[in-house]
Amino acid sequence: MSEATALGAATTPVLSRQRLGLAALWLVLILVPFWVPFVGGYTQLAGRALVLGLAAMALNFLLGFTGVMSFGHAAWFGLGAYGTGLMLRYVTSSTLLATAAGVLLGGVLGTLLGRLLVRRRGVYFAMITIAFGQIFFYIAYRWNSLTGGDDGLRGFQRQPIGFGRLLLDIQGNDIALYYYLLFVFAICVGLMGLLLGSPFGRTLIAIRENERRARFLGIDVERQIWLSFSLSCFFCSAAGALYALLNNFADPMTLHYTLSGEIVIMAVMGGMRSFWGPLLGAAVFVVLQDYVSSMTVNWMSFIGLLFVLVVLFAPRGLLGVLQRETPR
Amino acid sequence: MNLLEVRHVSKNFGSLHAVQDVSLMVAPGELRAIIGPNGAGKTTFFNLITGFFPPSVGEIRFDGADITRVPASGRVRLGMARTFQITEIFPELSVRENVRIAAEAAAGMMLGIFLRRARQEAIAYEIGSAIALAGLTDRAERKVGELAHGDQRAAEIAMALALRPRLLLLDEPTAGMGEQETFEIAALIRRLHRDSGYTIVLIEHDMRVVFHLADRITVLEQGCLLAEGTPAEIAANEAVQAAYLGQSA
Repeated sequence: MSEATALGAATTPVLSRQRLGLAALWLVLILVPFWVPFVGGYTQLAGRALVLGLAAMALNFLLGFTGVMSFGHAAWFGLGAYGTGLMLRYVTSSTLLATAAGVLLGGVLGTLLGRLLVRRRGVYFAMITIAFGQIFFYIAYRWNSLTGGDDGLRGFQRQPIGFGRLLLDIQGNDIALYYYLLFVFAICVGLMGLLLGSPFGRTLIAIRENERRARFLGIDVERQIWLSFSLSCFFCSAAGALYALLNNFADPMTLHYTLSGEIVIMAVMGGMRSFWGPLLGAAVFVVLQDYVSSMTVNWMSFIGLLFVLVVLFAPRGLLGVLQRETPR
Repeated sequence: MNLLEVRHVSKNFGSLHAVQDVSLMVAPGELRAIIGPNGAGKTTFFNLITGFFPPSVGEIRFDGADITRVPASGRVRLGMARTFQITEIFPELSVRENVRIAAEAAAGMMLGIFLRRARQEAIAYEIGSAIALAGLTDRAERKVGELAHGDQRAAEIAMALALRPRLLLLDEPTAGMGEQETFEIAALIRRLHRDSGYTIVLIEHDMRVVFHLADRITVLEQGCLLAEGTPAEIAANEAVQAAYLGQSA
């Protein structure tokens, strides 16, 4: 009993500080439309950061918490975008159904293809994921009649969402759109948090920390990596689906490996050992891109410079710098 | 009936005969030590028992069932837990988290997301007793990577205990340790054996530890079984003295 109370006393302040930080973060996210204009941003930009943040967090589910590197996550992102776009263009006017279609298209294909690479590690794993991405890129690029080819998929519009009498006009109202994005983001991130805090999530961390040890605890490493990869694909497709809604557009570059690389940069720059780091990385990336690209076409070199500095001097990422002394 | 029966196993790596026609019977509750000079094939033999790779020839039975082709993770679920010569732990996690992962894996919760409170408490209790048995209760919240070498090894043993094993396989548990640490780990193994009744197979270099702990000793040399018997028999065995003890004396 005395031991339990001693432990309680030792852990409670840390826990409540974490909760406080979490509450503050959500507050900041919820209030975005109200404060962003005052710092020179606009809601669409925040939406972009949120969506790419979700993609980076999805990647980090695999990279940071399972220890497996994918360089082809744009594949699932792009499939989510195309799935949603095609659904809206050809099948339905329901934004919710279209979002679900995008998530399913990328998630299911990711799950099926993921089965092929669970025995690969390191560079080999990464190379195969790049190859997957390029397969879908070229399909979207060449299949003009369905995907619009090089020009991308146009001719669809996100539609207002009705909840009974209530209508959320995400079509004409940027703020309503942002809240729809945040809603889907919250579901995905909530699920990720739940998964990572569960016994299942601990097996993933075990694999990241020491695969051999994990295997000799009776953990089916291949199956767990497959599951982690699949989940990561679903979350990444959700981000892609939102991206299509945000832009009313799905273009082949959402499938290209350059975007895969950018997602990796966001995750690593933000801090791949932390849950929220990739969101920060994505926000910094998107804001820098928006701000610097208005001054020079060489905006990527600035992000590259920042990335190199972070990797060299802050291996735990930007979030790691912010919370240097906070124990995990 | 024997808990572990290894019958005439051999393992070849190309033209290298790492293990040749070795048999081993371990009774429940026994503490068996495997010794032999460097390169005798002890670790290869251990890897065969634990399923790190399958034997080229021969049969392995555990608790009556043929497990020759069962992979490592399957053998763990059947009740075989091992530690490694070079400690294999999750260095960034606390002792408790390390043991928790083992306990949850053993409880078949590897796909678990939601847990009932009763289940959580049962697991927490198991974790606590494995840590206590390994003597790490006061260091349970420390990161394993920051502990002393001997405590890391104890943590690895605590993880093995959390797997609820029927057979503990320890690969050189005192490797690279000083006097005091060796003594503490030997005392821990003795407690597990004498007080808690674990069946243990261990590879060990430190002869004092071997002769102090083991019920029976198996001696390997150049991949072959050289001798088997009680510590007294092994100490008196001329072939062993020639091949092994004589070498270091």
